[in-house]
Amino acid sequence: MVSPLDRKLLRDIWRMKIQAVAIALVIAVGVLLLVMMDGLVNSLEQTRQAYYERYRLAEVFAPVKRAPDHVLQSIAQIEGVAAVEGRVVGGALIDIEGQAVPVRAQAVSLPDFSSPRLNDIYLAEGRRIDPRRREEILLLQGFADAHDLSPGDTLSATMNGSRRTFRIAGLAQSPEFLYSTAPGELVPDDARFAVIWMSEEALAAAYDVDGAFNQALIALERTAEPRAVIAKVDRILERYGGTGAYDLEDQISNKFITEEIRSLRMSSRSVPPIFMGVAAFLLYIVISRMIEAERMQIGLLKAFGYTSAEIGWHYFKFVVVIAAGGALLGCALGVISGQLMAAGVYQDVYKFPFLLFRVDPAAFVTAISVSIASASAGGLFVLRKVFALSPAVAMRPPAPADYSSSARLVAALRSVLDQPSRMIVRRIARQPMRTFAAVLGIGVGMGLSVGMLGVLGGFDKAVDLTYSVIDRSDASVALIEPLDQKTIFELRRMDGVIAVEPYRAVSVVLRNGVRSHRGGINGLISEPQLSRALSLDMSPIYIRADGITLSRTLANKLDISAGDLLTVEVREGRRPVLTLPVVNVAESLLGSPAYFELSALNEALSEPGRVSGAYLKLDMDKSTQVYEDLKNMPAVAGVSIKEEARASFQKMMDQGAGAMRYVMAVIAGIITFGIVYNTARIAFAERAHDLASLRVIGFTRGETAFVLLGELGVITLFAIPIGLLAGVGLAGAIAAAFSTDLYSISAEVGPVAMGIGTLAVLIASVIAGWMVKRDVDRLELVSALKSRE
Amino acid sequence: MQAAMSAPDQIDRNEPAFRVRGLTKTYGEGPAAVHALRGADLDIPDGELVVLLGASGSGKSTLLNILGGLDRASGGSAHFFDRELTAMSDAGLTAYRRHHVGFVFQFYNLMPSLTALENVELVTEIADNPLGAGEALGLVGLDKRVDHFPAELSGGEQQRVAIARAIAKRPTVLFCDEPTGALDSTTGRQVLRVLQDVNTELGTTVIIVTHAAATAAMAHRVINMADGTIREETVNKHRLSAEEIEW
Ligand SMILES: Nc1ncnc2c1ncn2[C@@H]1O[C@H](COP(=O)(O)OP(=O)(O)OP(=O)(O)O)[C@@H](O)[C@H]1O
Ligand SMILES: [Mg+2]
Repeated sequence: MVSPLDRKLLRDIWRMKIQAVAIALVIAVGVLLLVMMDGLVNSLEQTRQAYYERYRLAEVFAPVKRAPDHVLQSIAQIEGVAAVEGRVVGGALIDIEGQAVPVRAQAVSLPDFSSPRLNDIYLAEGRRIDPRRREEILLLQGFADAHDLSPGDTLSATMNGSRRTFRIAGLAQSPEFLYSTAPGELVPDDARFAVIWMSEEALAAAYDVDGAFNQALIALERTAEPRAVIAKVDRILERYGGTGAYDLEDQISNKFITEEIRSLRMSSRSVPPIFMGVAAFLLYIVISRMIEAERMQIGLLKAFGYTSAEIGWHYFKFVVVIAAGGALLGCALGVISGQLMAAGVYQDVYKFPFLLFRVDPAAFVTAISVSIASASAGGLFVLRKVFALSPAVAMRPPAPADYSSSARLVAALRSVLDQPSRMIVRRIARQPMRTFAAVLGIGVGMGLSVGMLGVLGGFDKAVDLTYSVIDRSDASVALIEPLDQKTIFELRRMDGVIAVEPYRAVSVVLRNGVRSHRGGINGLISEPQLSRALSLDMSPIYIRADGITLSRTLANKLDISAGDLLTVEVREGRRPVLTLPVVNVAESLLGSPAYFELSALNEALSEPGRVSGAYLKLDMDKSTQVYEDLKNMPAVAGVSIKEEARASFQKMMDQGAGAMRYVMAVIAGIITFGIVYNTARIAFAERAHDLASLRVIGFTRGETAFVLLGELGVITLFAIPIGLLAGVGLAGAIAAAFSTDLYSISAEVGPVAMGIGTLAVLIASVIAGWMVKRDVDRLELVSALKSRE
Repeated sequence: MQAAMSAPDQIDRNEPAFRVRGLTKTYGEGPAAVHALRGADLDIPDGELVVLLGASGSGKSTLLNILGGLDRASGGSAHFFDRELTAMSDAGLTAYRRHHVGFVFQFYNLMPSLTALENVELVTEIADNPLGAGEALGLVGLDKRVDHFPAELSGGEQQRVAIARAIAKRPTVLFCDEPTGALDSTTGRQVLRVLQDVNTELGTTVIIVTHAAATAAMAHRVINMADGTIREETVNKHRLSAEEIEW
């Protein structure tokens, strides 16, 4: 049999169903985020691992200029090496019909008469290549789809200066190219980067490395120490022009997905708690109001001999039912949205052949217990009130509310305000703590919305700054290798080129103590106009010749600041190890660049006058001609067009972790509305008796509603400045959680975010007010007066 | 949960049900302090029906609250048989209310979200040897209205539900604070009848606070309060039945 107290519980929940649902929804969205993000982290990690293992992804990559095949045996003998494979890789340019700019591609060899020991491919369509047919290739599936290519089609590509036509045998994916970007670019674009797999013999012939390899792939034994192996491999390959072996941590594709998982995990730990905290606070307000309203009943139960613990448990169950209901709903929604995100967003950016969204059961347990715990934390505060309440209150007649403290204030307003307005002022002044809690509740909810809007603005600003303020070029040209300045003069002479700014990119490992970063140094002219560096306050800065300028993200990663010395291990040419001072820290929104003045960089490398590419400002009317001419320059390895890069960046921001911000913005909106509605509802429940009395003595429905809604209006107005303040604070926290090594977002709570946030709260209060007003209109006078609460 | 409250142990029924000595109660402090009780002395024998009279503000409800274990005295002592109420812990008072005390309040105080039956079950749930909830409602003549919510009952009906709720646990003492204050004469007599029956048939000590002096005629003992003290105490040689009370 259900005990009478439990029946009271069920009826109370039923009576407050809309409110209960509103709170449960707030909890549900917090749980949704937690389950979805945690599930995504879990799925990405597990799928990645399974993919890597199934297709035997190498753990160490050792690029070299040209090493004879027998060297592989010496590598295989290194302690800790489980398997070795040599292969040929090279850059290529693919000609797409009707497109002036050729697409950059990476050509990779597959062993001719055996399946690859390491770095196998996943064949998505068609068949593997027949090694006897030298024109057959496998093509990266994403690229093929972007250009509508399928097995049987032909493809024309330039390798090592000579143009050839290939036939596509099949479409493939590989764990090595989960996230594929053109060399030197940060953002993937399926249409602008390709991978071609082809016969080892054919590829070796194309790159003049017959009987040799230019990249060694190494798998390690479980117990092996990667650093030690890398050091030994480097020693072996040094005389063949090794440019430094690296492990998976520095493998581009793996690096990006690791960073994605890391940032997703970070936001999954920092963002849902913010939402849960708001839900707990909300529940606290509702339960404490409810207990306030049921003082008499609580006193009565105590008078009958119910213990404080029994009564506390009764109200606690109310919390638990709502929290558990919200958490279960959140789990279900989390799984659904996780599946949508995995299939629709992640599988689009990260080329997994399969990506099953699977939530670790522990995540459900965590989500449910966290929501119950945080809701209970709010509830516990309230229980103190239950314990403190004396049973004697049940014996007393309902105490008329004490309005004496507000008497003077109201007297002062007497001449200005009419009776209903004075009632509003009285209420607000009489219970300042209660009013304050309501103001705070709406303020925090609004803060969440404003904060999310600020983060949205931060994303837009990142795109804008990167492609309008930092990068003001129209295109950039990468050369096949560092060449002398002659090429720059050639570019300047081209018809349609307005300005040319050379750069030198050097791949390096930066070290500060135990911290290190594998990346590049950008050698720029001292006062660049086309590709600039910005100071932290967003003004352009000189590129200094007396030391390195680090981007903020890099300085943080290396834990170094201006004035400190940085060790720079150059991974090209003669591979010197330099010690350079850090002279400045620059703002960066995309990537983690390090800058150095061009000629100082060349001098440090003892390679004067070298450039690895240039930024171009073009006469856009003649751009097609320029691209055509560039295609015919043998020194040019690739051209990237700024507008295309911008579009891919925007696209990435709208997907992946970036897309999460839209989900959160919607959720923030729901929460804000939930809070406003709750506040209105509570006010109505507390005033039902008084409102009915007003109607009885002849107030109209409108006047009665005015007393109630006027209070809500005043509270909302007070809440707005708090919401704006909270928004600025929360925006910073959320933006930090969103930032990654790849892009850093700074929250911009500008006038637009503030305006929209304010408007949203006002609209929410109008809607909530309207919903409650319907209840005022339907107020049953007799029953409202009869029940004493 | 309920096991947490120990079952009542035997009380020594040879003592008076209540023995009150120098009981004081002060609300508030300093110049604003209200002395609701200023040293009340009183003995109430077991099994009597007692009527407590006095002007408004004389301290009747305050005394009732302290004897019922709802409130604490500021000074003096009050015994329930051999137990000293004024020395009990909160848990002790809770157990006392749970096992021995029934209350009927002036303002009915029903749970609005529970039906009449459920309001009674609320108490029988935690009692040791209760009447059936339906049976208790039968005693107050409400067997037909068990499934109605308080908002669907008249004031007198609500008060009868409150009495059914108070007697259903077969309390040792029953406290009634102006049980008939809001009732007409017929309903009022019905309510008094029930109280008298509980007193004679179950042997329950019944203490009734009232402004209706005529009610005193049905009591064994009439206590007059004034200004926070016991002014006068009389024992009725001849008692009237509830039906004979002048209204
Ligand atoms: N919680 C309280 N705080 C302050 N003063 C109180 C409180 N409760 C009662 N009093 C005061 O104590 C005095 C005695 O109150 P009590 O309620 O016992 O009177 P009563 O005899 O029951 O009166 P009535 O017949 O009007 O119910 C009164 O002066 C009352 O104002
Ligand atoms: Mg009284």
